Amino acid sequence: MHVARMDAALQELRHRVMDADAAGTPLRLRGAGTKDFYGEHCEGALLDMRAYHGVVDYEPSELVITARCGTPLSQVERLLAQHQQFLAFEPPAFGGDPTIGGVIAAGLSGPRRFQAGAARDFVLGAVLLNARGELLHFGGKVIKNVAGFDLARLLCGSLGILGAITEVSIKVLPLPRTEQTLGLEIAAPEALSLFNRWGGQPLPISATAWNAGQAWVRLSGAPSAVRAARTRLGGEVLDDTGAVALWRSLRDQTHPFFRQPGALWRLSVPSSAAPLATSASQLIEWGGALRWCAGDMPADATRDLARSAGGSALHWRGGANGSRFDTLAPAVLEIHRRLKSRFDPRGIFNPGRLVAGL
Amino acid sequence: MSVSDFDVDESRFSVVDAAPAPERRPAVAAALRALLPADCVLSRDEELRPYECDGLSVFRQQPMLVVLPRTEAELRAVLRECNRLQVPVVARGAGTGLSGGAMPHAAGVLLSLARFNRILDIDPLARTARVQPGVRNLAVSEAAAAYGLYYAPDPSSQIACSIGGNVAENSGGVHCLKYGLTLHNVLGLRGCTIDGEAIELGGGALDAPGLDLLALSIGSEGLLLIVTEVLLKLVPKPALAQVVMASFDDVGNAGEAVAAIIAAGIIPSGLEMMDRKATVAVEPFVKAGYDLNAAAILLAESDGTPEEVAEEVAAIERVLQAHGATAIAVSASEAERLRFWSGRKNAFPAAGRISPDYYCMDGTIPRNRLGHMLKAIEQMEQKYGLGCMNVFHAGDGNLHPLILFDANTAGEWERADRFGADILELCVQLGGTITGEHGVGVEKLNSMCVQFSAAERAAFFAVKRAFDPPGLLNPGKAIPTLARCAEYGRMHVRHGQLPHPELPRF
Repeated sequence: MHVARMDAALQELRHRVMDADAAGTPLRLRGAGTKDFYGEHCEGALLDMRAYHGVVDYEPSELVITARCGTPLSQVERLLAQHQQFLAFEPPAFGGDPTIGGVIAAGLSGPRRFQAGAARDFVLGAVLLNARGELLHFGGKVIKNVAGFDLARLLCGSLGILGAITEVSIKVLPLPRTEQTLGLEIAAPEALSLFNRWGGQPLPISATAWNAGQAWVRLSGAPSAVRAARTRLGGEVLDDTGAVALWRSLRDQTHPFFRQPGALWRLSVPSSAAPLATSASQLIEWGGALRWCAGDMPADATRDLARSAGGSALHWRGGANGSRFDTLAPAVLEIHRRLKSRFDPRGIFNPGRLVAGL
Repeated sequence: MSVSDFDVDESRFSVVDAAPAPERRPAVAAALRALLPADCVLSRDEELRPYECDGLSVFRQQPMLVVLPRTEAELRAVLRECNRLQVPVVARGAGTGLSGGAMPHAAGVLLSLARFNRILDIDPLARTARVQPGVRNLAVSEAAAAYGLYYAPDPSSQIACSIGGNVAENSGGVHCLKYGLTLHNVLGLRGCTIDGEAIELGGGALDAPGLDLLALSIGSEGLLLIVTEVLLKLVPKPALAQVVMASFDDVGNAGEAVAAIIAAGIIPSGLEMMDRKATVAVEPFVKAGYDLNAAAILLAESDGTPEEVAEEVAAIERVLQAHGATAIAVSASEAERLRFWSGRKNAFPAAGRISPDYYCMDGTIPRNRLGHMLKAIEQMEQKYGLGCMNVFHAGDGNLHPLILFDANTAGEWERADRFGADILELCVQLGGTITGEHGVGVEKLNSMCVQFSAAERAAFFAVKRAFDPPGLLNPGKAIPTLARCAEYGRMHVRHGQLPHPELPRF
């Protein structure tokens, strides 16, 4: 570690962390704040990660970009687009401009997760600033790498409870040569059945959604393949502008469904799970694997509903106070406790944000 | 530089060096026989010998005992007993690993998962297969074929290697450029920790609350938990696959063509490279029709709908021509496609035919450094007086140089070992890694000291201790102790970092 040459913003972050650790005072890590609503309630002195920013390395032929935590997502996406590449997990921006560090710490993915994979599938490496102010490099910039435990991916979705992510390397992909969206008027059970049957066929489907009697299917890939699939699947072709706006509104949750008052629940279930027995208004994504329910549903009943479908429920936002995530099985919780106590013995990083009490 | 130890007493995790305890064998065997039927516990020397090494046979050790449980209940009982008696446990799948990850512990139990060999369920609608860890990789695709589905990761050893072993190593294969590694194709795991507790990570839903312990467990080389069930993702079989085979008279040009294909926005389903030494070795063996005058050949596979494949093959041919390919052939039938691949898939056995022994390396580098690496390997061949044939998963920069040596000639294994360590060190210097898909095992412990700082290794031990507080699961593998690295004496190299990391460079 060449401390003398270290970036001043990074030095500042290290000192804030080391001071907090010495004093035992909690920190609340934050990028642009686009996901302040997300996760459990967390108290602590604000540690703004935005000052440490900038793209460190990007070689289009290597399909990887390395950026400091505070780099705005918009900057990363613009740079990639100049080389006809993109972040295939389509991280949601929620109407703002999140930092890349926040994108990875939250680990959320957009509509293409169904086909391309989740944020964690694209994380190749990460640098962790731990409670001692050390910078630990995990993973790297290459796609295949099995040296050491996969801590880079453990950090993805950790909501900062193990330490601060200061730099990430993310796999990127070429932009699809063409995209087209089809609309079909069908009820939820038919949509779920179709999404799952299509998922088992070699079709270039990159996203699906259903809400209020309307299903949408996005096709991505070689023009010939998209043309052939369009003929086969039927439905109305959306104009390009409307299609881009639709998927953007689902990705960022600016779609009217997400603007309803009251609580919003996110149920993650197997794609083939039967239609949920609920009267709540629903929006279905990811081929049936993600089911959003709007309305002030009783928490216990909603969690039971998800569990009996083989998944879990997350109280996304709105509605009454209370815990957001489902509880962990005791043996799994114990592993979380031990990890937290090893990586952050004094409990300074985002206490309770991912798991109550940790 | 500050060095953290995360307050871990590393010595507890390195009992691999502990003295064998033959005197403990009767007592431990008796304790385990009280829990399992007699044929599930092997204790005679002649029964133990077949288990003394995995696919990397230069590292051998006879275990104290071999245990073959048949059910999860039996397995949990074994773990509880080993925990009580403080006996190390080393899990073993099919024994095809190439890094000594399943090499037994002299004073430990070798836990074979061979009897966990059932495919429990195939769900064609959800596109998943629930299997036990001892199921062979290829058996999953065979069982799913009836539904037009398959399991994408295809390590070269797929006819023999087990899913449990694939999970332990995060195995890849020739198609992972497009379809991902084991990590990307496992939805959930069920496993047991050393205290005999069953835990479930991930599952049929795509997200689960808490930390991503599923990702952490994949590739953990048997150090964190023993897997008893795996939920695999199945994907639709593409309608068509075709391979483009190109010859190059210069390995540098071939390396540049690889980077150019990716830069052109093409992700082939496989992108492999073999140098002349490799093609000359395999051609008499498989008669694949390789161009033996070429310095290197590239194999690029395209899959998808017939329309898609036609477009992509044409695009690949254009790039290859622009980068100096001296000959190009496209497979005209499925038989020809398999013939083109047969040489690549048989490169390891071919090495065994032309040399008494070979040592397979597994580093990964940024793909635009392939030419640099090949030239460096040529110089190392001179330096160590040993030949090396090169087969690469070029599309993802994963190298498998096969160092040719004769273990019966004094000093050759030591030279091969140093040759390999040099290649791995160069991988780290070029911004890559010491292992792409074979794992660290016992083989690459020293090279881990080059890739990771003491504080990073301490973080790995912290993870180990969170899952396995007594340090009994596969101790002494995958992560070297501070003492071992001090003894090895090579400097830790920051991952390809250049002197002025603060300067943007792209």
